[in-house]
Amino acid sequence: MNQSNQLHHAIKIDPDKCRACTHCLKVCPTEAIRIRNGKATIIPGRCVDCGECHRACPYQAFYVEQDDLSRIFDYKYRVALFPAVLVSQFPENISEEQIYAVLKQIGFTHTCEVEQPISVLIDSIKDFVKNEYDGEGPIISSFCPATVRLIQVKYPALTDHLVLRNAPHDLAAWYVRMRLAEEGIDPSDAGIFYITPCAAKIAAVKSPVGEKKSIVDGIINMSEIYNRVMSNAPGTKGVLHSCDCRHEISSEGILWSLPEGEKVAFEGKSLSVDGMHNVIRILERLEDGDLPDIDFLELRACEEGCAGGIMMTGNRFLTADRQHKRAKTFPKAQSSSGMEEIAEKLRIAPVQPRPMVHLDTDMEKAFEKMQKARSIMCHLPGIDCGACGAPSCLALAEDMVRHEARMTDCIYIQQLWQKEGKISAEKAFRNLEKKWGENRFDVDCSKHGAKNDNGPGLMNEEEDANLY
Amino acid sequence: MKLNFQVEGGNFTKAGAASSEVKKVLKQLGVPPMIIRRIVVALYEAEVNIVAHARQGIISIDLYPDKVEIELRDKGPGIKDIPQAMQEGFSTASEEVRAMGFGAGMGLPNIKKNADKLHIESLVGEGTTVHITNYFAKP
Repeated sequence: MNQSNQLHHAIKIDPDKCRACTHCLKVCPTEAIRIRNGKATIIPGRCVDCGECHRACPYQAFYVEQDDLSRIFDYKYRVALFPAVLVSQFPENISEEQIYAVLKQIGFTHTCEVEQPISVLIDSIKDFVKNEYDGEGPIISSFCPATVRLIQVKYPALTDHLVLRNAPHDLAAWYVRMRLAEEGIDPSDAGIFYITPCAAKIAAVKSPVGEKKSIVDGIINMSEIYNRVMSNAPGTKGVLHSCDCRHEISSEGILWSLPEGEKVAFEGKSLSVDGMHNVIRILERLEDGDLPDIDFLELRACEEGCAGGIMMTGNRFLTADRQHKRAKTFPKAQSSSGMEEIAEKLRIAPVQPRPMVHLDTDMEKAFEKMQKARSIMCHLPGIDCGACGAPSCLALAEDMVRHEARMTDCIYIQQLWQKEGKISAEKAFRNLEKKWGENRFDVDCSKHGAKNDNGPGLMNEEEDANLY
Repeated sequence: MKLNFQVEGGNFTKAGAASSEVKKVLKQLGVPPMIIRRIVVALYEAEVNIVAHARQGIISIDLYPDKVEIELRDKGPGIKDIPQAMQEGFSTASEEVRAMGFGAGMGLPNIKKNADKLHIESLVGEGTTVHITNYFAKP
């Protein structure tokens, strides 16, 4: 019944690295993480790929799936599609020319900034506002895929507010296809690879919202490119390749992924909100009918927009600052006339709600379970420590009525029951081991902050030994 | 199942606490999103009305598998002319309250728009009781 299971997720957990430290539990905005058998696990129907867990993990146990860079050589022509934040995350001593040159060095034959054809999107959004949107209240940006998914899962009644237009990476992919065709390149010979600043965009590319299939052929992690540029750029003489239509790069395009970037496409009052928890607060208010008249609501899951994406290495504020400076050196976006064909591709079908199933799909059963959970809450301590493997006492109570957890998962209840003689110390400890793994309570000096903490780098004992 | 909330007159910083709690519960029950939205908008308006006009109030919410019954009972000035108060734009709110974005005279009409059933009783100088009923499936 849980249709959200069909959604693709780009965030994964490496069980070998996970130490079930519960940092991720607490930061997940949809309570999608539980600790089971000593490892963090993600409930797929709840995850929106925002990456808060990835940020919070001290052991780098969360990773973002990507395609191997060598896969680009499956194609005769290899296109790097990348957002403007790629350029601005590098320190000033690395030039734009050098960054472009390293991309060519890696093996890309063509490069294209995703916001290059932004005028098409601006005009298309204006058209949507004028001729298509007939809802009440603000139009909500569909740029950030994590916030779109958040709305589908947690604020399903608000899906009608979303702009029914593709994100820039889709637009740019169509645009590149058009340019390649103009060069006489057979589409089957060309592979388009998107270099992503976040996990949500990967998820969106693999299972696009309101659209059948994405036209991007592969995904490359921003951090991988960051490393390549940092090691190779200094010795590189920068040459801006001539065929890449850089004359189309515009100041609006460069600023698009930052807070207030989309403002240019909207007349009237707009409000820009960045950061997952801020986004949640504003959506709650919108749902309550408690927002002043706003025509457009721009949402970004990451603070400072894509400059703060989880795959970004540079500091988000420095990146955003450089991006603003860079934008000033480029002209305003030109007219989109002549690109009507691409404009058509930007339309997407209405975004479907995917409300998460909380207690039961049957409302009457859900009702009973909720009453039960409320009774259970009377007994739980309300400390929200996470030692049960659920993010809060309430979440544990709900897991219990769904038969996914037990009273003894609560360490305080266990303690109480031991005192009352209801459970033996032996049994209580076995329960703990079941939850947290058998060797969890052994002395371990490699954990974070312990005397042999070697940082999050090599975790392989053999390799470590060779180094010393 | 019963949920109760106390509302403090004049404390705008806490206005909306009851509606956000109820919203959470309705979502967990799997009530259709558009129906939740109507309930929450009506309840939020009514809750803010207590904060804006009354000294104190109690919100009792009775949840059934097919409907929600909400009673908002307050001690306050009461409503002299209920039909008049139901008209859009009619407001008795002070400048101060309006400056905070409340009191535009859309409260009661907005509640009516979003409630399946609405019943208001009031005694001038004593207080007001608002009954709102919404069904989870269209009756």
